[in-house]
Amino acid sequence: MAHTLSTLAYLVASVLFILALKGLSHPSTSRRGNLMGMTGMGIAIVATLAQPGMSIGGIGLIIAGLAIGGTVGAVIANRIQMTALPQLVAAFHSLVGMAAVFVAAAALYAPQSFGIGVPGNIQAQSLIEMSLGLAIGAITFSGSVIAFAKLDGRMSGAPILFKGQHLLNAALGVLLLALVVAFVITGSPVLFWLVALLSFALGFLLIIPIGGADMPVVVSMLNSYSGWAAAGIGFTIGNLLLIVTGALVGASGAILSYIMCKGMNRSILNVLLGGFGAEAGGAVAGGSATHPARPVKSGSPEDAAYIMKNAGKVIIVPGYGMAVAQAQQVVREMADLLKKEGATVEYAIHPVAGRMPGHMNVLLAEANVPYDDVHELEEINPEFVEADVAYVIGANDVTNPAAKTDKASPIYGMPILEVERAKTVFFVKRGMSSGYAGVENELFFRDNTMMLFGDAKKVTQQIVQALQK
Amino acid sequence: MNAEELALRAQGMADRAIALALEARAAAAEAAPLVEQGAAAAEPFLLLLTIFLLACFVGYHVVWSVTPALHSPLMGVTNAISSVIVVGAMLATGLADSWLAQAFGFLAVTLAAVNIFGGFLVTRRMLAMFQRKG
Repeated sequence: MAHTLSTLAYLVASVLFILALKGLSHPSTSRRGNLMGMTGMGIAIVATLAQPGMSIGGIGLIIAGLAIGGTVGAVIANRIQMTALPQLVAAFHSLVGMAAVFVAAAALYAPQSFGIGVPGNIQAQSLIEMSLGLAIGAITFSGSVIAFAKLDGRMSGAPILFKGQHLLNAALGVLLLALVVAFVITGSPVLFWLVALLSFALGFLLIIPIGGADMPVVVSMLNSYSGWAAAGIGFTIGNLLLIVTGALVGASGAILSYIMCKGMNRSILNVLLGGFGAEAGGAVAGGSATHPARPVKSGSPEDAAYIMKNAGKVIIVPGYGMAVAQAQQVVREMADLLKKEGATVEYAIHPVAGRMPGHMNVLLAEANVPYDDVHELEEINPEFVEADVAYVIGANDVTNPAAKTDKASPIYGMPILEVERAKTVFFVKRGMSSGYAGVENELFFRDNTMMLFGDAKKVTQQIVQALQK
Repeated sequence: MNAEELALRAQGMADRAIALALEARAAAAEAAPLVEQGAAAAEPFLLLLTIFLLACFVGYHVVWSVTPALHSPLMGVTNAISSVIVVGAMLATGLADSWLAQAFGFLAVTLAAVNIFGGFLVTRRMLAMFQRKG
């Protein structure tokens, strides 16, 4: 009876989780969705606590763990800066991965709690499921730690490449498979920990060759992995809620990875093999070496302010550089002033702008930009023709017209924001360096482009001051 | 070969057939619970697999309906709900009689709790920003 009740509670929680995702189809329903997710989690926790046979000491430990972890989580969530979201999400993924490893270990040492056998004699099927949960969890953990370190600037975002890298990874993958088979046959704890160790190493090796700007794909992929790890543990302990939720999360991460790859016109394999932008791309592509000193027009913030004051339509194109410079607030101030002057102001977001899916949208929302002003690529591209000004701040490769024309370019075929169609393009940039792909941006040399050299925040502030005069 | 000899041999064969039949019955009786057990072990797995695949489809359709502007909150929510692994961790902590399993369970509960609270609260913060209109 008690068992039926808890199964029913898990079913309710599963449905609430689905509704939580469903709520995200529009900002107006999203908060209710998040609340449903919280409710579902609350129901799942209470139903588990009420399971028969839980020891008093165990319940004490559980409550202690929930209190400690919950406090830490709440403090972090309230203090984190929105620009640091990608690394926070990566760090959170690593925790799910590690939790999966621990639960797998607990199931190994106390299989009778989950009804899958006795220590030293666990059903083979459960051992297979256990090693799946363990391996995916461990890979999620170490992979996310590396992603976190790269995003947080604790290690260089540049791809780390060495000879025989892919061969090594393949060999380790085969070895991992062999160890899993040996573990399933023997059920030995030593092999269990060897599988864990090797998976940690593999997760680490898989992520180091992937560069900083490919992180949206990596973060989405690790999101997906954390779901599959939860599902693997769900199969091991025969729990419906874990299986359903794991599948939801796994599917979600996979879709996000797909969208990100499509936004760069690259295959997931190409991203995972890594090394993009590591070679001296300039020599191969864009022909920068052949045109060492092409003329570039540059202007002052005051010039830009003068032109924008007379503009009827301005489209702002933010990128990761805006996040780094923390310029979102001052960009919104500029937009407000322009609106007062009678211009329409809109924002164009490329799918891979920033370091995680939807990163720019959150930053603009933080700066109080109404979400109706923010548009996706397909929506906004036809509007650049009518725009008097395109203001590119912190974006680069995603505006490069060479992606449409230059077949030799590494970014050829990538969907771009067609800013070059605007009457005037302002390009805020520190210097003339190439973007992440190592390709020089054709846009810099166009007649209608004016470079605004300097820090994104300072330049925009100076424009705001000039507009206020 | 006379009739008496034939009858004797026939009887011998009949006896052996009966013995074999009895043996077969015993073997079948012995095997029956095993077969049942096998079916019982396979059935829940197939059931779980069915649910898993259906949930993948539900996830696929629901996530495609998420607006791209909310992809960051989507990651926050999926991150928080994947910490439902806390259920496994709690069962290990509460039901296990091995102190080692309990210790692992406790650690997993703590890590998952960081994620549950952190994930849902940071998502709430993000979504609150989308609510305020400029």
